[in-house]
Amino acid sequence: MNNSMIIGQYVPGTSLIHRLDPRTKILVIFFFVIIVFFANSVWSYSILTAFAIGTALATRVPLSFIVKGLKPVWFLIVFTFLLHLFVSRQGDILFSVLGFPFYEESLIQGGTLSLRFFLLILFTSLLTLTTSPIEITDAIEYLLHPLKKLRFPVHELALMMSISLRFIPTLMQEAEKISKAQASRGVDFRTGSLKDRVSAVIPLLIPLFVSAFKRAEELAMAMEARGYQGGEGRTKIRALLFRKKDYIVFFLFCLIMAATIGTRV
Amino acid sequence: MELTFNEVTYTYSPGTPFEFRALENLSLHVPSGSYTAIIGHTGSGKSTLIQHINALLQPTSGSVKVGDFVIEAGRKNKNLRSLREKTGIVFQYPEHQLFEETVEKDIAFGPKNFGVDEEEIRERVNKALEAVQLPEDMKEKSPFDLSGGQMRRVAIAGVLAMKPKVLVLDEPTAGLDPRGQKEMMDMFYSLHESEELTTVLVTHSMEDALTYADEVVILNEGRKYMQGAPLDVFKRKEELRQVQLDIPEVLEFLEKIEKEFGVSIEYNKQPLAELAKELTSRLGRRDDYE
Ligand SMILES: Nc1ncnc2c1ncn2[C@@H]1O[C@H](COP(=O)(O)OP(=O)(O)O)[C@@H](O)[C@H]1O
Ligand SMILES: [Mg+2]
Repeated sequence: MNNSMIIGQYVPGTSLIHRLDPRTKILVIFFFVIIVFFANSVWSYSILTAFAIGTALATRVPLSFIVKGLKPVWFLIVFTFLLHLFVSRQGDILFSVLGFPFYEESLIQGGTLSLRFFLLILFTSLLTLTTSPIEITDAIEYLLHPLKKLRFPVHELALMMSISLRFIPTLMQEAEKISKAQASRGVDFRTGSLKDRVSAVIPLLIPLFVSAFKRAEELAMAMEARGYQGGEGRTKIRALLFRKKDYIVFFLFCLIMAATIGTRV
Repeated sequence: MELTFNEVTYTYSPGTPFEFRALENLSLHVPSGSYTAIIGHTGSGKSTLIQHINALLQPTSGSVKVGDFVIEAGRKNKNLRSLREKTGIVFQYPEHQLFEETVEKDIAFGPKNFGVDEEEIRERVNKALEAVQLPEDMKEKSPFDLSGGQMRRVAIAGVLAMKPKVLVLDEPTAGLDPRGQKEMMDMFYSLHESEELTTVLVTHSMEDALTYADEVVILNEGRKYMQGAPLDVFKRKEELRQVQLDIPEVLEFLEKIEKEFGVSIEYNKQPLAELAKELTSRLGRRDDYE
């Protein structure tokens, strides 16, 4: 499969970032997203950029893979920048190229907006890159725990999430398999009129739905057979545990936040 | 049609951390009209190999020749349609590909895509149903109302109705009951003979390879490990054991007999009854053996 999109993809590994408690990662990202909107000076942006890139390096996932995986997003980032450059006209004219004036203010605004965008996407994709879906779900269930008091179905939501995440790769494989089988029977998914292509999807979708329903039924049966009765009184096999490295990361991150706030102008 | 693999390497997801080389420098020749069995441990690259035969996969390097079609690394394939018409692939668990409202429509799906006319399609559907031993009145049923074994047969009929010249079978009997397995393998063999097909069978069953194939290819970790006539390959027991494969039970049995009684019997596909007769006559009546 030609899958160069990395958003949401997990790359197993053993780096420090991989081994952090998923709650640590989610909390750090949560506050990072907020703090990015506080940055407003060269220094504060530099600190956050260095932190984000440093973290990306620390995951030991090849940088080229990350950069390539953000391809669809690069387009948006560059587009945002250009839009600002050409549409908004504020501040002094810095220089002009072929008679087209470049305004100082819109250059800066376009630049910072694109940078923010880049930082947000990069940093949040590091979570899914280094954390298995199951870990993320466990962490979310834990962090949303207080909502249970408001009768919010936290456990059920987490279960739904983890089952969906678990079955996405399975469904993708299944789809690939079935589309190959139908291609062997003469279906052409790539050429032809729009109508042809739409009707080419039917032999793919029907078997996919049939097998998804069958799987769901089997899973429900297997869960009941093993005594699943919902979240009440259920214990966890993977206990989440904050370790020394998590505290160190929290401490470092607090320093980064303080430095960012401190270098605002 | 003749198949030739020329130094084929195939890499999944190249340039990512998931990069995986599933075939490595594999060369293989399958003569027209032959019956070749491909054997290997799970993950050895068998399914990857056969998907090159109708250009579902394109070699990362090297080339594959199927009749007059050349499938080459880095070149766009022309005439895909006519290649796919001539190569029928029965995938693992083919019943997952059923989707039409009726059995008849599903079997007709392939021929229809290849532009066969209505009259001929109807004829082919009947013949295909007969070949897989399903009654004609099943045509109007929904394929989803059938048993697993019947669904498998319908899916196979759908491939046979394309009238391929090359028939590729990827573990076609996995998950069937033993009698169903034998029936199905016999059916493929008689089609192989009557339609003069070039058959490629991916299997875990050494017995099937010994019974039906005239050439055996052993794959290991994406490389060709051995190739030859079944009886020659299965003589090399130690080498096979090294890649977690066993020899067929009959051969194992004859080998034990030789060790125990010093009587060696040449195996050339004689039926079990004949083998037993031969054995008693060679061992002599050992009434005193009690
Ligand atoms: N779509 C795919 N993407 C990545 N790796 C794959 C894919 N399909 C198969 N592989 C890998 O290639 C190897 C060979 O697979 P396959 O040809 O299916 O083996 P076999 O059929 O002999 O069991 C396996 O290790 C498998 O994990
Ligand atoms: Mg396989």
